[in-house]
Amino acid sequence: MKFSYLIVPFAPLAGALLAGLFGRTIGRAGAHTVTILGVLVSFIASVVVALDVFGNGTTFNGPLYTWMVAGGVRFEIGFLIDKLTVTMMLVVAFVSLMVHVYTIGYMADDPGYQRFFSYISLFTFSMLMLVMSNNFLQLFFGWEAVGLVSYLLIGFWFKRPTAIYANLKAFLVNRVGDLGFLLGIGLVLAYTGSLDYETVFDKAAGLKDIAVDLGWLGAPMWATATCILLFIGAMGKSAQVPLHVWLPDSMEGPTPISALIHAATMVTAGIFMVSRMSPLFEMSTTALSFVLVIGATTALFMGFLGIIQYDIKRVVAYSTLSQLGYMTVALGVSAYSAAMFHLVTHAFFKALLFLAAGSVIIGMHHNQDIRWMGGVRKHMPITWMTSLIGSLALIGFPFLSGFYSKDSIILAVGASKIPGATYALVAVTLGVFVTAFYSFRMYFLVFHGNERYDQAPHDDHHDDHGHHGDGKPHESPWVVTLPLVLLAVPSVALGAATLGFFIIDNGYAGAITVAPANDTLGAIRGGLHDWWAMGLHGFVTLPFWLAMAGVLLAWYLYVINPALPVKLRAQFGGLVRILEEKYYFDRFNEFFFAGGARRLGEGLFRFGDRAVIDGAIVNGSAKGVGLLSSLVRHVQTGYIYHYAFVMVAGLMVFLGWLLLRN
Amino acid sequence: MLLSLAIWVPIIGALAVLVTGRDRDPTLTRWIALIASIAGFLVTIPLVTEFDTSSAALQFVEKFAWIPRYGIHYHLGVDGISVWFVLLNSLMTIFVVVAGWYVIEDKQAQYYGAFLIMSGLINGAFAAADAALFYVFFEAMLIPMYLIIGIWGGPNRVYAAVKFFLYTLLGSLLMLVALIYLYNVSGGSFEISQYHKVPLAMGVQILLFIAFFLAFAVKVPMWPVHTWLPDAHVEAPTGGSVILAAITLKLGAYGFLRFMLPIVPDASRHLAPLVIVLSLIAIVYIGFVALVQTDMKKLVAYSSISHMGFVTLGFFLFTANGDASALGIEGGLLQMISHGFVSGAMFLCIGVLYDRLHSRNIADYGGVVNTMPRFAALMMLFAMANAGLPGTSGFIGEFTVTLAAVKQGMFWTAAAAGLTLVLGAAYTLWMYKRVIFGDVANDNVRALTDVTAREFWMLAALAILVLAMGLYPAPFTEIMQKSVHELVVHVAKSKL
Repeated sequence: MKFSYLIVPFAPLAGALLAGLFGRTIGRAGAHTVTILGVLVSFIASVVVALDVFGNGTTFNGPLYTWMVAGGVRFEIGFLIDKLTVTMMLVVAFVSLMVHVYTIGYMADDPGYQRFFSYISLFTFSMLMLVMSNNFLQLFFGWEAVGLVSYLLIGFWFKRPTAIYANLKAFLVNRVGDLGFLLGIGLVLAYTGSLDYETVFDKAAGLKDIAVDLGWLGAPMWATATCILLFIGAMGKSAQVPLHVWLPDSMEGPTPISALIHAATMVTAGIFMVSRMSPLFEMSTTALSFVLVIGATTALFMGFLGIIQYDIKRVVAYSTLSQLGYMTVALGVSAYSAAMFHLVTHAFFKALLFLAAGSVIIGMHHNQDIRWMGGVRKHMPITWMTSLIGSLALIGFPFLSGFYSKDSIILAVGASKIPGATYALVAVTLGVFVTAFYSFRMYFLVFHGNERYDQAPHDDHHDDHGHHGDGKPHESPWVVTLPLVLLAVPSVALGAATLGFFIIDNGYAGAITVAPANDTLGAIRGGLHDWWAMGLHGFVTLPFWLAMAGVLLAWYLYVINPALPVKLRAQFGGLVRILEEKYYFDRFNEFFFAGGARRLGEGLFRFGDRAVIDGAIVNGSAKGVGLLSSLVRHVQTGYIYHYAFVMVAGLMVFLGWLLLRN
Repeated sequence: MLLSLAIWVPIIGALAVLVTGRDRDPTLTRWIALIASIAGFLVTIPLVTEFDTSSAALQFVEKFAWIPRYGIHYHLGVDGISVWFVLLNSLMTIFVVVAGWYVIEDKQAQYYGAFLIMSGLINGAFAAADAALFYVFFEAMLIPMYLIIGIWGGPNRVYAAVKFFLYTLLGSLLMLVALIYLYNVSGGSFEISQYHKVPLAMGVQILLFIAFFLAFAVKVPMWPVHTWLPDAHVEAPTGGSVILAAITLKLGAYGFLRFMLPIVPDASRHLAPLVIVLSLIAIVYIGFVALVQTDMKKLVAYSSISHMGFVTLGFFLFTANGDASALGIEGGLLQMISHGFVSGAMFLCIGVLYDRLHSRNIADYGGVVNTMPRFAALMMLFAMANAGLPGTSGFIGEFTVTLAAVKQGMFWTAAAAGLTLVLGAAYTLWMYKRVIFGDVANDNVRALTDVTAREFWMLAALAILVLAMGLYPAPFTEIMQKSVHELVVHVAKSKL
């Protein structure tokens, strides 16, 4: 155990505790100083660890302390430091650092300033503990802890009814996924006797032909059952259909956390988890197919929803859902490295897009509706340029980071032969067009065209800051634009720089296991030479032309002929309605699950507890005793002649019986 | 000697409180009560620090003849199963005294006296190694609780107190019959350890099981004999609710481990499916019922029943071969300890609100965070613990029991129990949302003042306990494991 390993998660924790417990004492500047310092130290330590791991090939796997020994099972807290972990550590610490700095500007006027810094540092700690874990217990700890902080941050503006609705929804939907996750962990423990990754992976090899008796669900292979259950957990956290419903609503939280938690890091925990569990998932093609189909559905159908949104953050949110779908697809075709590759590039360009959206929101005095923006590029040049870079990276423009990771995924899907691969290929290819269209629809509406922000209906409840100046947007302060620039750099260059590691040189060998039959990346590796050749080739592939078509269509509809979208919307009312209703998931959940649970609870309470148990049985027996005694009471009249009569009558009956018997 | 101190220090303290009590100037009364409760807790600390974790036997044993004619002894001793509850009980009594400090304005001496006496009696029940002695303590503690609800309770207190008393008495009378039967078949002994050894035919075991089960299931309480609990909680003063939820419920579950599993192991195995089904009903059915409660105390009371479902579930997770689960039993015990902290804290939180607005109705609140931010933060922690968040104590028991169920080959049992992940979060956080979050709902909420130093430290201390246990539960299981292992081995042997 190296000291630097401890520094990475615990420095942000220290910052969180200081800002959270002593926020009033240390003040605003104190709070952001300690937390930024904590995350900075964590980032530096991560870099030191990363250099060691990438440079010297060091790996570490060891316990920190024994959490508990119960029933002969040893539950430990410990770290596994390898290339996979280190990748996540760098992403988490860097994006977190950017978001911390950005927050100084974004939350400048907020009364909950210290609390906010405490939360995001606590999040950083939780996320780092999650990715550094060497066992399922700690993974679950981190898993739920990031969920807690997400809950606290979505509901950060706790006076808003929509925010406290959204955070409860997010927590509960995630809990549904966690139930699957917990049962998956149960199956791991039941069949391997351990929760330690290394032991589990070792023992799993011997469980290839073991079936699990699941009663009416039949008896699937152990690996299939376990992996699908674990993946259900990932579906909650990484917002895959049908557990995606919480993510769009999570936009109620302040923008910095949308970037950090709901785009770059927490929502990718599921992707990371499945990559980490690759030795298990590789044992079950059924589970992989399941993963693939869910991912493909999310990638395409959530993209469609981005097309009709007007809230700038919601467009980016649906884009995140769709991109998470791409990563999941990569997992499904065993291209774990490609999934991690896209996770990393996406973390930077999506954090950039969110923070840029936040910058626009500041400029727009907290108006988030893209219908009332337009022409912003002239007033906010840095935000404009960085947004453009982020958007191009997102749509996979050749040589930008998103291009390399997304194209790798599409190629891997093309090489896959597992059930569902054809569907997935169609979905991810079409998805490229959709992505380009919604991204540039937003881009053009915000940054080009006429300035429409003075036409906004002035009822926006989002305005917490209440400073309506001259109405013209201004470029945001340096604490906001600096993170944008620093994130734009990797959004451009990181893909080309790391293509070799992630794809061509198979850098995760040892950390990720791929069965030879599933090795899609191995199959495409021969066709890729280097970043330059791949980038050049990118201009002649179908995805590129689909993306260009999307951009051009967006340009035509929102710059050249802005009247047409309105007409189209009216024309295709039914289709638009389905999209506006988000395929009716929310309505169904609200009616069936939320409403159903309340109705069931009410019924059980009124009928079961009140009427049957308390009414009929408990109070009923009390009444029964009362009734009986009121009857018996008539026997005790107190009149001697009654008693004498009964005695005489009894005596006669008794004597008669004696006589007759003989 | 330590166990006798644990029993008698609070009771003597109670006498001191009653003797010196003056209604006009309760300061002295309060301080004597506080000192007595702290002293009562301090004497129990060596029970853990000097506990021999390598032994499954009873420790700190004291044995004197009490009624020699019937072989009844004043026989005390604790093992890894019971020792934590003596500590938990003595600790929670301090919180009860602090919680009542300025709140109880009527008959303070009697109030504190009743709690201190009850604390001693409960310690006696957990420490008794003699069945007759256990029965005496078990029944005697009904009296102070009856008085606490009946005198310091809410408007409907008499109904609740009588319901509480009759419900529990009914069950425990059957237990008395069972104990007398065992006295006869064991050759005139009231030693619980003798009962563990005595062979019993299956028919007899079933009958004994039913007798014990009724006594303890009412206490836990298990569905469908749970309806006294919400009424009792709603009417009881805050301190009464704390002790009721944190401690007395545990006695029922403790009875399962001390009496049922070891005395009638074959019947326990045979009837385990029944207990499992009832436990699952408690977890799921009661979870739904908790969701729709409009009264905060009722909601937490129902959530207690749901959480205790995990305890009984964990105790009765037999494999197809009839092996009990050490993991499940330890999980159940951890759940009991944690529930002591968490439910106690939840009731104290509701008490803090009730003392200010004199309402337990969720609808009367809203936006409390705006006026009571420190309170909101503390209650958030307890709400999360109630929802079983990892890192808090509430997680350990549910997690362990669920894992144990899967491990024992009962996947769907685990899945049903696991629904509490969603339900527990739903009812707890929905209540939290309606009470704490949002804009200030009305003028009463606007006038609220944040927690006082007394309330803050009371809740903060519990918060630390909840977190400490959640982050490092190893010491708890270390003390339990030998006794639990011994119990599992014992239960595996047939007594037919």
